[in-house]
Amino acid sequence: MAIRDRLSGNEATAVAMKQINPDVVAAFPITPSTEIPQYFSTFVADGAVDTEFVAVESEHSAMSACVGAQAAGGRAMTATSANGLALMWEVLYIAASLRLPIVMACVNRTLSGPLNIHNDHSDSMGARDSGWIQLYSENNQEAYDNMLMAHRIAEHPDVMLPIMVCQDGFITSHAVENIELMEDEKVKAFVGEYKPDLHLLRKEAPISVGPLDLPAFCFEHKRQQAEAMRKAKSVILEVAREFARISGRHYGFFEEYRTDDAEVAAVLLNSTAGTAKFAVDRLREQGKKVGLVKLRVFRPFPADEIAAALWKFKAVAVMDKADSFNAAGGPLFTEVASALFVKGAPGPKIVNFIYGIGQRDVKAEDMEFVYNELLNIANTGRVGSVYNYLGVKEEEAVLNGLQS
Amino acid sequence: MSHVVEIRWHGRGGQGAKTASLLLADAAFNTGKYIQGFPEYGPERMGAPITAYNRISDERITIHSNIYKPDYVAVVDDTLLTSVDVTAGLKEEGAIIVNTTMSPEEVKPLLKGYRGKVFTIDARKISMETLGKYFPNTPMLGAVVKVSGVMDEKEFLNDMVESFKHKFSKKPEVIEGNVKALERAMQEVKGA
Repeated sequence: MAIRDRLSGNEATAVAMKQINPDVVAAFPITPSTEIPQYFSTFVADGAVDTEFVAVESEHSAMSACVGAQAAGGRAMTATSANGLALMWEVLYIAASLRLPIVMACVNRTLSGPLNIHNDHSDSMGARDSGWIQLYSENNQEAYDNMLMAHRIAEHPDVMLPIMVCQDGFITSHAVENIELMEDEKVKAFVGEYKPDLHLLRKEAPISVGPLDLPAFCFEHKRQQAEAMRKAKSVILEVAREFARISGRHYGFFEEYRTDDAEVAAVLLNSTAGTAKFAVDRLREQGKKVGLVKLRVFRPFPADEIAAALWKFKAVAVMDKADSFNAAGGPLFTEVASALFVKGAPGPKIVNFIYGIGQRDVKAEDMEFVYNELLNIANTGRVGSVYNYLGVKEEEAVLNGLQS
Repeated sequence: MSHVVEIRWHGRGGQGAKTASLLLADAAFNTGKYIQGFPEYGPERMGAPITAYNRISDERITIHSNIYKPDYVAVVDDTLLTSVDVTAGLKEEGAIIVNTTMSPEEVKPLLKGYRGKVFTIDARKISMETLGKYFPNTPMLGAVVKVSGVMDEKEFLNDMVESFKHKFSKKPEVIEGNVKALERAMQEVKGA
């Protein structure tokens, strides 16, 4: 029987970590992820876990400690946000290329500057090419469930890559909502033991970790790393199927909400999906055929699957809570557009909305504006402006594109 | 679409408006509801105006925006009445509940023409007399439950006794005072 509870997204993540009981947690506090190591350190103090908690002096050290612990054959976890993730940068790439399945909670926060403690996706989007698997979570339940599935994905012999589970800072990390927890024993059985074939402390088969990799083999190692990311796709689905059997909750690369007969759809990540569902329900009452595709897995990017899912729509809005500053659309937009282009013409009309930067609040009315613009595009077949801002207050932005 | 009761809290950093919203979420959760309780942080400092929110429903809640058209507004500090637009978007068929020594009639002129119901509660007095310290949360929680009717009062009180027993297991001497503060707030909140 599931345990009915109410927790914030940060509490839910900390509870998942307690149930996982990793060997090492190394973390440095940064808003809004601070509560995760804070709660976890109380579990350590209370003896609820037998984890070695390392209170490091920076996030660079946090990720370095995780690399050391994981290379020694242990399970290492951490949590961070924004500039904490940025300070880990160098080591993120090292963790991925060393094929160390470290698990991290990334509580999405605007990367400085300007200094802003609130939510957008500029932190994890910047890390999208670091070689980490990225899962995104709409609410506390998904943050919890994704965390429970993380080790099974990362540690799979075909994968062996680090993974970050993202959720929206404050919006879900600090919001208390209903949640269904699983029993400790069930989680323990599902997550299982970590027994890597090779690690630093296995003296009968000594290895070096992180030696110089010159032109003779570096290319092959990077290709193998990319191959692991491709293989992660089937592993993610396999783990989700097994998780559904014990939890009753189903996960894929993305969730399609009321898309069966939809003419238009929005594509987005994390908590705004909930607000979009609310808007979809309201517009459906008016007979408007609108739907939502909520992406859960951004790395590996499910290009073929997302292109196939979006193919049937007349118009699609890809929504980015981070800008690329490439003057050509946000990161999610460019990847979705690329996936659609590779599939070939004709496909849906596609537009980009940059939204919610620095946690500009996204109201149901904002999502209704997006859907009405999409319906307009679907009816006329004409796209006025491809790159748009949602909810920004400047006139210049209105002149350069749509705006609610 | 399901009916969702939306409540907005106004307080000052350190006064516990966020805690009050979490207490209300807890109480509603314990009576079987779907709930949300979340703060809106501004500058992180004591005394700065802060806002917190609740959604309470019989069905799952998916929306993750702030609340712009609340059914109820709770003001934990009456000095905010003149500096924050506390009735912004507040439904006329809803109500505002203010922690103050003023009467509802005295508060009304400060509310920028709000035509809905106005309730007041002297949470300081109740808190000092029942707890010996100024914790406006508990009386405000009682007043909000009473005025909003979001849950059965008896069920709420019984449940709060259990939750205080759990929360204050290491200092049981404060349980009775907290229960008393809730009961008195529910009796003493006044207005229309």
